[in-house]
Amino acid sequence: MSGASIAGPRAPASRVRLGFALEPRPEPSRLMAWLSPVIAAAAIFVVGFALFSGLGKNPFAAFYVFFVKPVDSLYGVAELLLKASPLMLCAVGLAAGYRANVWNIGAEGQLTLGAVCGGGVALALQDQGGAWLLPAMLAAGVAGGMAWAAIPAWLKTRFNANEILVSLMLVYVAKLALSWLVHGPWRDPEGFNFPQSKMFADAALLPMLVPGTRLNAGFALALIVVGLLWVFTRRSLVGFQMRVAGLAPAAAAYAGISASRTVWLGMLIGGATAGLAGVGEAAGPIGQLLPSMSPGYGFAAIIVAFVGRLHPLGIVLASLLMSLLYLGGEAAQIGLALPSAITGLFQGLLLFFLLAADVFIDFRLRLRPRSAAARRSRRRPA
Amino acid sequence: MIDHVVTLVALTLAAGTPLVLAGAGELVTERSGVLNLGVEGMMLVGAVIAFIVAATTRSPWLGVAAGMLAAAGLSLVFAVLTLTLLANQVAAGLALSLFGVGLSAYVGLDYVSVVVEGIQPLAIPGVSDLPFFGKLLFAHSPFVYVSIALIALVQWFLFRTRAGLILRAIGESPDSAHAIGYPVIAIRYAAVLFGGACAGLAGAYLAVAYTPLWTEGMTAGRGWIALALVVFATWKPWRLLAGAYLFGAVTLAQFQAQAMGLAMPSQLLSMLPYVATVVVLTLISRDAATIRLNAPASLGRPYHPDV
Repeated sequence: MSGASIAGPRAPASRVRLGFALEPRPEPSRLMAWLSPVIAAAAIFVVGFALFSGLGKNPFAAFYVFFVKPVDSLYGVAELLLKASPLMLCAVGLAAGYRANVWNIGAEGQLTLGAVCGGGVALALQDQGGAWLLPAMLAAGVAGGMAWAAIPAWLKTRFNANEILVSLMLVYVAKLALSWLVHGPWRDPEGFNFPQSKMFADAALLPMLVPGTRLNAGFALALIVVGLLWVFTRRSLVGFQMRVAGLAPAAAAYAGISASRTVWLGMLIGGATAGLAGVGEAAGPIGQLLPSMSPGYGFAAIIVAFVGRLHPLGIVLASLLMSLLYLGGEAAQIGLALPSAITGLFQGLLLFFLLAADVFIDFRLRLRPRSAAARRSRRRPA
Repeated sequence: MIDHVVTLVALTLAAGTPLVLAGAGELVTERSGVLNLGVEGMMLVGAVIAFIVAATTRSPWLGVAAGMLAAAGLSLVFAVLTLTLLANQVAAGLALSLFGVGLSAYVGLDYVSVVVEGIQPLAIPGVSDLPFFGKLLFAHSPFVYVSIALIALVQWFLFRTRAGLILRAIGESPDSAHAIGYPVIAIRYAAVLFGGACAGLAGAYLAVAYTPLWTEGMTAGRGWIALALVVFATWKPWRLLAGAYLFGAVTLAQFQAQAMGLAMPSQLLSMLPYVATVVVLTLISRDAATIRLNAPASLGRPYHPDV
């Protein structure tokens, strides 16, 4: 800092105070980059512990109920993987965009559209059901998610409209569209007037993976997609170009990498995976269309993408942690008489802690002398 | 017919006011070069805290003050993350919104079906009895007058005071401002806190005056619409006011259509404000040069004097 040199070595010792300052590292710390999510996760456990004590619960027992008991059985582990599937799907797609500086935050809407399109195919064709029905549903779900993501992509590339705000606005539109469908045209006539569609036929449901649990083939599908995107972002030329566009837009433009193609790809990949997650929920644990197809997976996936360092492997791990927060919230409601809304609280805190810890990737904390004169000189206009 | 016009104007102002309040705060924050995407979260926290305090103390105005404080407190978290710890502003803003949604749902659970005495429209004595203009101009919620005064204040501050000039200079070029000797980080802190307090005021208005009740996620995307309005306004306070009332009118159109017996499903009509946001954002952004000329040049970029 320039101030320190102005004060000079002759500043009286009594006026020198020590202060912490962030000093840029010459190279970003790879160790910190991977340690920071671990620190954030640990901080969440600590906060959970403190919060449970503060709420007058036995912290050890509550901690056990929230973080351990949900996964102490095969069924529990299957539930963990079941909830992790849509999270990792959405997050890995979003991450491909985020790496390229394409900020799609509307995965929740793209997921909803995926469920609507895939579910629509199921409702329209399930009476003629066959082996082709499920693939057709999945394709429709992916197409629906991509179509919804194509709107912000087109408005961004053609009209320069901010993709963050457009994709977010479309979440509300998608949720209202689904609500209209299940309240109106697609309502189950024999559903006692509940806002829900008919139950899907067996041919329209994803096959089960583990007997005795609810884990279905959607989990395997999610892992395959994560693997494919890993290869795409790490090994393909287009994936490389997208990363360059994110790291150094000017260099990318100079190298002839099309900025609008980057936006289109970043958006469409996120839309496709979110759409798949949506149809996976409809054809998986839910088995029909309801007014809400997700407890905010599309938003939680944003956190998963960051906590997972925008890296496929990290995202798989982060989605497990996030899934545990969902399960813990449900368990806390039953076992601790705590509201399940506590999950949302933990989700937000997790991202806060991560962002705070991330500062040490590019900076280190240094104690350095700060003199009163230096402080003053920085405040006064020259 | 005249009564109808008066009612429409009153409802438009009432619906546009939360956007004016939150937008004015965000406008100042963005003018200092900081993009805070957490408006929705801060509004929700402001709303829930205002409602809880109003319900427990039976004083809605105390609730408003508490809501502003709470939202400003939340914006302080954002400020520490982005200004001191130099976190990515987009990510930190999203975190703030997600956290605000979760926090407000959690603390507001016990208050979902509670009723409070809301802040009633204020009929200004003397002039509100005038024919037509009395009701048209002088019988609105106090928040309506406060929001218009806030816009005037922000306009005056940014373009007529030295402090406002410094704030805008920091938003354009923090490096130059730092070189001259202005405390970039301190001023950005102040701008973020001001934005937070305004978002809290907007949330408090919704919870203790506009509805007045608390429901989970009751802001329904108004925080995001306010963000879009700042772009629509090309970072100019008076245009923000016009934009917000335009949106107030759109929100109203759905009730009007239903009242006129238009056979449209309510969900499709409820889409209007969101679709309108996308449309106006697209229209204003179409001319990239306008945005480039008006947007604070350092918007969204972290600032560290050594980097």
